[in-house]
Amino acid sequence: MARKVLVLGEVRDGSLRNVSFEAIAAAKTISEGGEVVGVVAGKEVSGLAEALIRYGADRAVTVEHDDLGQYTSDGFSQALLAVIESESPEGIVMGHTALGKDLAPRIAGKLNSGLISDVTSLEEAGGNLVFTRPIYSGKAFEKKIITEGLVFITIRPNNIESLQQDSGRTGETSSLSVEIKNLRTIIKDVVRKASEGVDLSEAKVIIAGGRGVKSEEGFAPLKELAEVLGGAVGASRGACDADYCDYSLQIGQTGKVVTPDLYIACGISGAIQHLAGMSNSKVIVAINKDPEANIFKVADYGIVGDLFEVLPLLTEEFKKLKVSAN
Amino acid sequence: MNIYVLLKRTFDTEEKITLSNGKINEDGAEFIINPYDEYAVEEAIQVRDAHGGEVTVVTVGNEEAEKQLRTALAMGADKAVLINIEDDVENGDQYTTAKVLSEYLKDKDADLIIGGNVAIDGGSGQVGPRVAELLDIPYITTITKLTIEGQNVSVIRDVEGDSETIETQLPLLVTAQQGLNEPRYPSLPGIMKAKKKPLDEIELDDLDLEEDDVEAKTKTIEIFLPPKKEAGKVLQGDLADQVKELTGLLRSEAKVI
Ligand SMILES: Cc1cc2nc3c(=O)[nH]c(=O)nc-3n(C[C@H](O)[C@H](O)[C@H](O)COP(=O)(O)OP(=O)(O)OC[C@H]3O[C@@H](n4cnc5c(N)ncnc54)[C@H](O)[C@@H]3O)c2cc1C
Ligand SMILES: Cc1cc2nc3c(=O)[nH]c(=O)nc-3n(C[C@H](O)[C@H](O)[C@H](O)COP(=O)(O)OP(=O)(O)OC[C@H]3O[C@@H](n4cnc5c(N)ncnc54)[C@H](O)[C@@H]3O)c2cc1C
Repeated sequence: MARKVLVLGEVRDGSLRNVSFEAIAAAKTISEGGEVVGVVAGKEVSGLAEALIRYGADRAVTVEHDDLGQYTSDGFSQALLAVIESESPEGIVMGHTALGKDLAPRIAGKLNSGLISDVTSLEEAGGNLVFTRPIYSGKAFEKKIITEGLVFITIRPNNIESLQQDSGRTGETSSLSVEIKNLRTIIKDVVRKASEGVDLSEAKVIIAGGRGVKSEEGFAPLKELAEVLGGAVGASRGACDADYCDYSLQIGQTGKVVTPDLYIACGISGAIQHLAGMSNSKVIVAINKDPEANIFKVADYGIVGDLFEVLPLLTEEFKKLKVSAN
Repeated sequence: MNIYVLLKRTFDTEEKITLSNGKINEDGAEFIINPYDEYAVEEAIQVRDAHGGEVTVVTVGNEEAEKQLRTALAMGADKAVLINIEDDVENGDQYTTAKVLSEYLKDKDADLIIGGNVAIDGGSGQVGPRVAELLDIPYITTITKLTIEGQNVSVIRDVEGDSETIETQLPLLVTAQQGLNEPRYPSLPGIMKAKKKPLDEIELDDLDLEEDDVEAKTKTIEIFLPPKKEAGKVLQGDLADQVKELTGLLRSEAKVI
């Protein structure tokens, strides 16, 4: 059944997040040959419409308004509902990010529709669209179908592959003007801590430190390794609570959910709430001085030892490999 | 102040998870108050103690959730309500739960509704925002601080590690993020008192709802455990050799670098 599917593009620091391109790929599958329409809402976002098309959208709609400069649930739901009203889609895809988690259930509530959240893969099987998502803090998975109405999902970043960018691809872009009123929540201040550089949820390599890192300075060898591998530094709650690093680095149930190709856990014990945020990583390496640490149960490779001895050696070894590869 | 807490009884995911007949095996499993809802209960009690009023804890579930409701009463909540729809509804999802909760709440004149930001078992994070939308009140998710003065509310919200300070007004729904507070343990006198506190049970009928009104829009067709990972390789020998072996394995075997 061909469907028209909307994808909400998410803007950060003036560009679209990767998860938006992954959402287009998911929308293609859901559309079953129908139309994929990209949507971007913000203060000045018309320049971003083309990117959605290059990544596979057939058309793009932009909604610009002074009150959409920052995400608020009231502002963005009015913008998106206006697009939904004018487009009458049969499907909607968003990222399962802070924004998507906040907005999607409200839209689903308004439309009286189902919503499948945090999807990690999807397929067409036996005439149904089947969505897979983690449950029980990542210890199990469920396959779900939509039994009635709109096909509405949010996707976990870094799990569904985006399509190849096609710079020659063209499509119609249009803008929709909306009235935004009655903003009931006002953002007074934003303290941005999220680290510059690589977005943790999109990083291919993550070097994460836990309480075993022992101090703020203790993160230095992790940063060096991350730099050599072109990766990002993350942390456990334990390290954040102890003030060794900022909470924006936290990985886990209350922090970021990540799915890198390589996750190196240093001085992290492997509590379930931490595993919930990283156990889907493709390859996990654990460095911990306690051979009984739980993290070894999910690790593909483990080194039992002091991270302050292991990391410098590892960094040197990777440097050598890089030199010989060049 | 009229405060409601949305509380879910959840499987303790620290436990080992197994399947039986294609379902999560609950035999002998430990059930708890969803940890994020514990923060919600604690916050509700603190707000009541500062501003007066009453805390009512509400669950959609079956009789087995009475235990978690009693725990919330023992922590200090004033009343509990179990909306037991087990006999009326066969297939439920987040649409169902939110619809039932909002029908219950719609004539309660709640000033403040507090839920968790996510349930550790179902993990969708949908129920809070859905309920707020159905009640047509504002909501703020993943909060780490709540300050109330009269009708004015100031909230700090965690957004992927950034923090936003947001101002709004009651009535309001918020969802708790870790860091909001340290939930108290029920005290012995608290546990004794909880036994006498009201725990009402209502059904779909009491909400003037029919099964059709709350029928799920989604359906779980299969539950599976992730493919069992082969025991990881813990490297042996001299540290320098281990490191060489590891980089070699990451390149040739795992092919991630
Ligand atoms: C509701 C809730 C939500 C939570 N959410 C999260 C979350 O999102 N993310 C998260 O991470 N946690 C979360 N937690 C906390 C979690 O339960 C653990 O407390 C936390 O992950 C522990 O952090 P850690 O592994 O760094 O510290 P610890 O458990 O203290 O482990 C430190 C490890 O370092 C090792 N070590 C020490 N020194 C060295 C050394 N020199 N070299 C090598 N190894 C060394 C030790 O052997 C130990 O295994 C949550 C908890 C709750 C209740
Ligand atoms: C009759 C019935 C049958 C069901 N059958 C199934 C089934 O077959 N398969 C299946 O997977 N699930 C089933 N469910 C459960 C349902 O799908 C979800 O678990 C539930 O709607 C909550 O979603 P969640 O776990 O994603 O919670 P989230 O949306 O992540 O929870 C966020 C917050 O919402 C509040 N909240 C969530 N659930 C409740 C609740 N029940 N009561 C009060 N507050 C709550 C809490 O504050 C919680 O912290 C059924 C539910 C009902 C009522």
